[in-house]
Amino acid sequence: MRHGKNRFLVGALAAPLLLYGVFVVSPYAQAFYLAFTDWNGLSGQAEAVGLANFTALWSDRLFLAALRNNGLMLLAVPLLTIVLALFFAALLTMGRSDRHGGIGGIQGSGAYRIVYFFPQLLSVAILAVLFQFIYTPKNGLLNGLLEAIGLGSLGRAWLAEPAWALPAVMAVMIWAAVGFYVVLFAAAMESIPRDVLEAARLDGAGRLTTFRRITLPFVWDTVQVAYVYLGILALDGFALVQIMTVGPGGPDNSTEVIGLTLYRSAFTYGKFGYASAMGVTLFFLTLSLTMLALRATRRERVEVA
Amino acid sequence: MTPRPSHARINPTRRTLLGGATAAGAAGLLSGCVTAGGSDESDEATGAVTEANPLGVPEGTDLEVVMFNGGYGEAYTQHAAEVYEGLHPEATVDHQGIQRVGETLQPRFVAGEPPDVVDNTGAGRLDIAQLAASDQLHDLTELLDAPSLDDPAVPVRDTLLPGVVEDGTLDGAVRFLNYSSVVWGIWYSTSLFDANGWTYPDTWDDMLALCEEIKQSGIAPWTWQGKYPEYMVDPLQAMAAKSGGIDLVKAVDNLEPDAWRQDAVLAAAEAVHRLVTDGHIMEGSEALSHTEAQNSWNNGEAAFIPCGSWLEGEQQEVSPEGFDMVMAPVPDLTASDAMPFGALQGTSSESFLVPSQAANTRGGLDYLRCLFSTEVARGFAETAKALPVVLGATEGVEMTSGLASVADAVGSAGEHIFGYKYRLWYAPLAKAVDDATGELLTGRLDPEEWGDRIQAAADEVADDDSVTKYQR
Repeated sequence: MRHGKNRFLVGALAAPLLLYGVFVVSPYAQAFYLAFTDWNGLSGQAEAVGLANFTALWSDRLFLAALRNNGLMLLAVPLLTIVLALFFAALLTMGRSDRHGGIGGIQGSGAYRIVYFFPQLLSVAILAVLFQFIYTPKNGLLNGLLEAIGLGSLGRAWLAEPAWALPAVMAVMIWAAVGFYVVLFAAAMESIPRDVLEAARLDGAGRLTTFRRITLPFVWDTVQVAYVYLGILALDGFALVQIMTVGPGGPDNSTEVIGLTLYRSAFTYGKFGYASAMGVTLFFLTLSLTMLALRATRRERVEVA
Repeated sequence: MTPRPSHARINPTRRTLLGGATAAGAAGLLSGCVTAGGSDESDEATGAVTEANPLGVPEGTDLEVVMFNGGYGEAYTQHAAEVYEGLHPEATVDHQGIQRVGETLQPRFVAGEPPDVVDNTGAGRLDIAQLAASDQLHDLTELLDAPSLDDPAVPVRDTLLPGVVEDGTLDGAVRFLNYSSVVWGIWYSTSLFDANGWTYPDTWDDMLALCEEIKQSGIAPWTWQGKYPEYMVDPLQAMAAKSGGIDLVKAVDNLEPDAWRQDAVLAAAEAVHRLVTDGHIMEGSEALSHTEAQNSWNNGEAAFIPCGSWLEGEQQEVSPEGFDMVMAPVPDLTASDAMPFGALQGTSSESFLVPSQAANTRGGLDYLRCLFSTEVARGFAETAKALPVVLGATEGVEMTSGLASVADAVGSAGEHIFGYKYRLWYAPLAKAVDDATGELLTGRLDPEEWGDRIQAAADEVADDDSVTKYQR
C-alpha cells in the first residue's frame, strides 16, 4: 500500500519538478554563477573574475542612482498605497452607520469596488503610455486640469524635471496598485465580526478610534502581506520607467531603477556577468526586505473566540 | 553614430526580459552550461566555384535570413531572397522579419546555431563590437572581392559608397555591411519658409538672427525630440566637427585627454545653449517623444527640428500635403570652419552580417551579393524612401522633396562626410553624452559643466581596462 502511494507521488511530481528545475531553478543558479564571470552574452568563453563585478557596483554612478531611487520608492510607495487603500476600504465597508448602530459601506460601495479594481486590469505598458499622455506638457491632461482650476502656473513638463519625474512615476505605481489593495482590505474588514464593531460604537468610540483600536488590529496580517508585495513592486518599476521617462531613466538619472541599469548593462553594453551581479544583489535586497518587513511588523494576533 | 531610422520601440516588460533571460539560461543548461556553445568556426559546407557561383554555394542547401523589420520595411530583403532563389533554384530561403533582434538571436548565437544572414538593427540589437570580439562574425572580405551581380568585371567592393566598408571594419576585418546611407541635418518646411520669406542660414549667427525673426511670427523657432537627447547631440557634434576638423573627431573617438574640452566642442555646446538662453526652443520640448516633437513640427508649431535622413519616411503618414520638408546641413559655427558648409555627419545603417557559426555561410555571403545589387537597391529607394549605399541606385528613381534634398546634400558634401565612432565603440560614453546634452538643453548645465561632465565619463572609459579600446 505505502509503496504504491510513494510511486504515485513521485510520478505526479516528477514532471512539474523537472519543469520547475529547468525553467526556474536553473536560470537562478546560472545567474549566480555568471555574476562571478565577465560573460558578454555572446561568446563561448566566460572568465571567472571573482568578486570584481560586485565591487564595481559600488562605484557605478548609475547603479547607485538606481539604488537611491528604488530606496525612495520603497519609502513612499508601500506606505502611501496602504494608507490610501485602508482609507477607501474602511469607507466601503464601514463608512455608514445607521440610527440603530448598524454599520455598513457608503452608498454605492459595490460600484466603487469595481471601479477601484479597473487599473488592475490594464497592463503596465498601457498604463505607462496613458500616463505619458497625461503628463505631456503641451496638451496633457494634468496641465489642462491645473489650467482649468486656475492653477495653470503650477503646470510643468512633469517627466522632464529631475525633481518631479520620480514622484510622477511613483504616482502611477500608487494609482495602479491602490485598487487591488482596497479590494483586499475590504474583504479582510468584512470578516471582522459586526457585533464587535457595533459594541465599540455603542460604547461611544468614534470612527477613528474604532478604526485604530478594532479594524486595524483585525486586518494587520493582510496589511503585512500587502507591505511585502508593495515593497517588491517598489524595488522593480522597470517597465514604467522604461516606457514613460526621458532617456529612459532620466532626466539625468533621476528615475533610474535597478531593473533598468541591469537591462542596459546586459542588452546594451553586453556585460551579462556584471548585470547578473546586479540581479543577484537585487535578489538579496528583496529577500532581506521581505524578512525585515515580516519581522518589524510582527504583532500579536487578534483572536476572536 | 547609431542611426535611429525606425523608432519602433517595442517596449519590453519585465516579463519579456525575464523570459529572455530564462530562455538564455535554459539554452545554456540544455547544452551543459552557458558557455558550452563553443566558438570554433564550423566546417563550411561548400559547393563548386563556377562563374555563375563565384562564392561556391553548396546547391540544394537552404538559407535562413533574419532581418530587422523596422521603418524600412522588409520588401527589399524579400526581393533579395527572390533574386537568390533565382540563382539557386534548388534552395529555399526562410526569410523572417522581426523586432528586438538581439533578444531573439542571442540564445542562438550562444548555442552555436545562428541564422545564415542577420540584419542586426533597431532597438535591442546585439552589440556588434561584442559579437566581433567573440568571433561570431564571418569575414566579408571575399564577398567584397567577388564579382558583383550587375557586372562580373566589377567586384562588389567597387559598387558601394565610400565609407561603407570602413564602417563595417572592426579590428582590421570587415565584419558587417550597412545597407542604408544615413546623414544628419536640420529639417524645415520649404512651403513655410517661402510663405514667410525666410532662407536657411549659412552660419550659426544667422541662425540666431533668423530665430528672432521666426519668433516674431508666433512660431517657435526650434523643437527637438527631448525624450531622446541624442537627437540634439547630432547637430552639436556636427558643428564641432565642421569647425574643428576631422582631427577633433578623432581626438574624441580615441578618448584623448580633454577631447571634450577642445575649443570647438565647447563653442558648439555654447551655440546650442544659446537656443535655450535666448528662448528659441518650443516650450515643453524636453519632455516630448520623437513622435510628439516631430508631429508638432509637422503641424507648423516649430520651424526647425534636428533629425537624420529617415525623417521623411517616418513622417509620411502625418506630414500635411504641401509641407515639402527638406534637410539642410548644420550651419557653420565660425567664419573659418575647417570643413565647408556642405559637410555632413553621415554613416550607414542596417547592418547585415554573416555569423561565423552559420550552417550555410557561403549562401549567406551570396545572399548579400544579391542584396547589394542595383536592382534590389533601387527597390529599396522606392519602398523605403531612403538612400541605399549602392552607387547609382537612385538614378531614375522619382524622389520626394526630402529624399531629393538628402541626395543633393550627399552629392554636394562629396568627400566631406564624417562620422563619430565613439557611440559604436563605447556605449556607456554615448549615454553620458546624451544625459549631459539633455541637461544642457534644459539649461540645468552650462557648456563648461557639460564638457567637464562628459570628459569625466570619457576618462572613466579610457581608464577601464575591461573595455576593449579602438583607434582610428
